[in-house]
Amino acid sequence: MEEEVSRVYSSVEALKESFGDAIQKVEEFRGEVSVTVDKNKIREVMLFLRDKLLYDMLTDLCGVDYCGDTPRFEMVYLLRSSKFGNRMRIKTRVHENENIDTVMDIWRAADWLEREVYDMFGIRFNNHPDLRRILLVDEFVGHPLRKDFPTEGYDFERPFSVQLEEELNG
Amino acid sequence: MIINMGPQHPATHGVLRLLLELDGEVIVKATPHIGYLHRGIEKLAEAMTYNQALVLTDRLDYTNGLSNNLSYCLAVEKLLDLEIPKRAQYLRVMLAELQRIAAHLLWIATHALDIGAMTVFFYAFRERETILGILEQATGARLTPSFIRIGGLARDIPDTFADSVRAFVDDFPKRVDEYETLLTDNIIWKKRTQNIAPLSKEDALNYGITGPVLRASGVYYDVRKAYPYSSYDEFDFEIPLGKNSDVYDRYLVRLKEMRQSNRIVKQAVEKLPGGPVRARSFPVVPPDKEDVQRDIAALIRHFKIMAEGFKTPCGEVYSSIEAPKGELGFYIVSDGTNKPFRMRIRPPSFINLGALPKIIEGQMIADVVAAIGSLDIVLGEIDR
Repeated sequence: MEEEVSRVYSSVEALKESFGDAIQKVEEFRGEVSVTVDKNKIREVMLFLRDKLLYDMLTDLCGVDYCGDTPRFEMVYLLRSSKFGNRMRIKTRVHENENIDTVMDIWRAADWLEREVYDMFGIRFNNHPDLRRILLVDEFVGHPLRKDFPTEGYDFERPFSVQLEEELNG
Repeated sequence: MIINMGPQHPATHGVLRLLLELDGEVIVKATPHIGYLHRGIEKLAEAMTYNQALVLTDRLDYTNGLSNNLSYCLAVEKLLDLEIPKRAQYLRVMLAELQRIAAHLLWIATHALDIGAMTVFFYAFRERETILGILEQATGARLTPSFIRIGGLARDIPDTFADSVRAFVDDFPKRVDEYETLLTDNIIWKKRTQNIAPLSKEDALNYGITGPVLRASGVYYDVRKAYPYSSYDEFDFEIPLGKNSDVYDRYLVRLKEMRQSNRIVKQAVEKLPGGPVRARSFPVVPPDKEDVQRDIAALIRHFKIMAEGFKTPCGEVYSSIEAPKGELGFYIVSDGTNKPFRMRIRPPSFINLGALPKIIEGQMIADVVAAIGSLDIVLGEIDR
């Protein structure tokens, strides 16, 4: 456990050396280190982490909605190095109606995960080749994991408009 | 030609829809469509207290309720910094490993059935039935136990439990031998599975694959060894690896895993320590049922915990376990109230399924069923 934490801190030092001010915050809670980085530098940071620091697995990627705060959203990337066996969490803040660069060409795992974030939060990813909804239907209105989306939905009886084939054909 | 497969197809193990673009019998492009079973579990959890949200986790991977409970409880316990009694840890390991064997048995039964070996189904379900009976003795439920609770277990195991587990683990290796006689050297089975749907080591890591599929590609990664939880470091077991990363190797890895799980259960029964099965921590862990019936203060505590829940410190934790399908993680963000501000589930099946187009493109259409089976997906977990 302590070994792992010290390895993460050496990665953090390497990041600070290369990116300076783009590394905005480093927090530790229950032995897990989170690093907040500048949104505009996310691709450079991720490439550096994969190629130089050997974080070769993207374990998870998700969004969090801090409704009321600015910037509103937070993107969380959980990385793991299969060589050294430690994890690292990278976070970045995204404004509402703002795009963020995709990381799916860095780790293919991000393909579906970014589609899910788009589906649930409405965060758009630049250069993602196939940014469609993944779990919900294409006709769905709204992004349900946003805090201002009611848990029961806007219209419980009719969550999204369905047009039957018979109606379309008259 | 474009062929639509599913969503109602027996080999997709739920409601998975695949659009297959074909050139003759070769698949050029595959597009999975998912979400038919979406219930919004992550959203629902935000409106529930920590204790209430536990029952949602049963319904993720419904072949594997106890592991889901365990992963969620470990995440909340990490958030609370709560130490669990040794007996509860050992029982959790025992239950999770029994559940893993049951999940793998369900997998081998349906996977073999998909490919055409019907007999295996009856063999595997015989043992699965025994395990579900054992789990029912302890938890009272077969499918959705909600038995592993925050702070320990719902209650201690009954007296007959250890004996039935012992009888099962002594018998089980012989049963795995039986499955092997049916499949491992079976020429038809080999022709249907060897060199089918390969996935290289580099691709597997790039796609974030975990679990038996990753290990069949030859990567040594198992959460039980890499980040031991619930006293797994006190057990003696091996992590089987594959070489050729094809459907056959995934089969072999899972069979060996069943034997290893059996070893772990055996050790857990033999070394099972005494003591309480719940941490004593007000206001997180409810009092024992006997106390509630005798003591008015305990009754009040019980109601308070059930109605209001408990508050957690502000912060965020990620905790994961090795579920039968792969790494099942929970990322919980707490804002200091009695409900999770955000509960993110890292579903192993979802991420493993993301690699399905990669592993079936260029393969024959007849092998799609074998490839889906070898990934061992459960749609309840993919769609959440």
